[in-house]
Amino acid sequence: MKLNKSKGWLYLLPALITLGAFLVYPLIDVFIYSFQEDFMTASQEYTGIGFGNFSYVLKDPDFLQALQNTLILVCITVPLSTGIALLISLGLSSIKRLRGLFQTLYFLPYVCNTLALGMVFMLLFNKTSDANVGFINNIIEAFGGTAIDFINGPYWAKMFVLCFYTIWVVMPFKVLILTSSIASVKDDYYNAAKVDGTSKWRMFRKITLPMISPSMFYLIITGFIGAFKAYSDAVSIFGSNLNASGMNTIVGYVYDMLYSEGGGYPSYASAAAIILFIIVLTITCINLIISKKHVHY
Amino acid sequence: MKTKIDYKKIERTAAIKSNTASAITYVLLTVWGLFVLFPFYWMLLTSVKDYGEYSSEIIPKLYTIHPVLDNYGNAFTAEPLFNYIFNTLIFTIVTTALMLLVTVFAAFAFARLNFRGKGFVFVVFLSLMMIPSELVVITNFVTITNLELRNTFTGLILPSVTSVFYIYLLKENFAQVPDELYYAAKVDGTKDMKYLYKVLIPICKPTVVTITILKVIECWNAYVWPRLITNDKAYYLVSNGIQAIRESGLGRDNIPAMMAAVTVVTIPLIVLFLIFRTKIMAGVARGGTKG
Repeated sequence: MKLNKSKGWLYLLPALITLGAFLVYPLIDVFIYSFQEDFMTASQEYTGIGFGNFSYVLKDPDFLQALQNTLILVCITVPLSTGIALLISLGLSSIKRLRGLFQTLYFLPYVCNTLALGMVFMLLFNKTSDANVGFINNIIEAFGGTAIDFINGPYWAKMFVLCFYTIWVVMPFKVLILTSSIASVKDDYYNAAKVDGTSKWRMFRKITLPMISPSMFYLIITGFIGAFKAYSDAVSIFGSNLNASGMNTIVGYVYDMLYSEGGGYPSYASAAAIILFIIVLTITCINLIISKKHVHY
Repeated sequence: MKTKIDYKKIERTAAIKSNTASAITYVLLTVWGLFVLFPFYWMLLTSVKDYGEYSSEIIPKLYTIHPVLDNYGNAFTAEPLFNYIFNTLIFTIVTTALMLLVTVFAAFAFARLNFRGKGFVFVVFLSLMMIPSELVVITNFVTITNLELRNTFTGLILPSVTSVFYIYLLKENFAQVPDELYYAAKVDGTKDMKYLYKVLIPICKPTVVTITILKVIECWNAYVWPRLITNDKAYYLVSNGIQAIRESGLGRDNIPAMMAAVTVVTIPLIVLFLIFRTKIMAGVARGGTKG
């Protein structure tokens, strides 16, 4: 019988070992790292314990740039992508023919390699020289504008491409979730409303929106979290040296601090990661509080 | 006398109205579809353009008259692209297989076995789901470096073997299988292992397939961890390989060849998606998070 009692632990053992080594221990360790000042990777020594790493990171211009970029990215992409996804899903739900085809089509970017497709976007927005411009700049020039260097040019041009690509990448997931959520609303509600002669807009406001509000809310939360962790999209468009192009994100800053030409500072990386975690946690809590008022379960 | 209402007319205007509405909807949805497809088209188009033809185009053309496949050859010879794909295949297969093993065992323990501390451990597992990978990647990088496992498959694979969320998904599914089946199997003297493989997994096959597919997609597109852990080209996965190609020769000089490489990397997952379309979409709706 003793064997029977311990059998459960035996089955759990592989999961426990890997989680312990690669999730629980690192979680504790990252906080220790973040408080060890002037930690040297080579000698494994540090000079003191305190908030030195945090104040260094918060004063580092690279971090502030990364923070600014990330915040702009979040503020632009989350509302836009959720809004467009809602419109597309409503359109998808209102048609019968070709719906499956459209759904499959729209979902395609989800399974694709972000790094690889970012390179296609780089090509589309490219402007290598005055004579040789990419497809988007062709369109701009065709309408009488001057070509903009989206990849190495002005800040807002670069930010535009990043937001554009991010929205393109996150859309499949949002459309999928919203379409299945809209499909799950019972026809009875609409039929009852139709009998009363309710207008389409009112049906949307009073039936569809409340019924899909949990999914909307789920998408907003995951959207915030995902956008705050943006990184590989930026790498795929601007190359891996994001600090040089001024387009780094917080996660990118963490990885650069950890390992790249300027890397080898796990304590700074830890401090930045913890700052990111605190930001995301705060935003999620605010979202949860707001949702209590607006979401109907 | 009652005024006659022309129902036909009302119906006709209503029909026209709804037809225009649906026509507009179709147009807009098609526009979005083109918007989604265009980068893929551009990728394919550029990859079959002749290098000389591409270089001489001041304004890139939207079509090509003489598609060539030379770029694919160039992409494979100029860069160890085949190697990157092979590495990614090994990484994906081994990681997914190990993940399935670990997940099935853990889910079985939580769903079917009774042992002291089970409730507590499960709550701990659930709370682990909230830990963002960015927080733990730092120490993992140091751990793997200290174990001298950089540029090895072990170092690449180990940290991504266990996923708490998949254990949770599978445990929920296992728990729905009636207890009677387990007791019946026990009465017949069936071993736990046999029960697991002959009863539980076949019944819960949809969930097992779902987590397998999600993991395969995740592995094929992995970028951050492989980038940290490999700096030897012999161990690059496709994401890092593509990034290396972009920053080395091909990305600067031979754009069509680079697009050929991008196509080669993208096609396998598109094919996988088209085959398992419904399963993947249902799976992501249940358990996907990207976005």
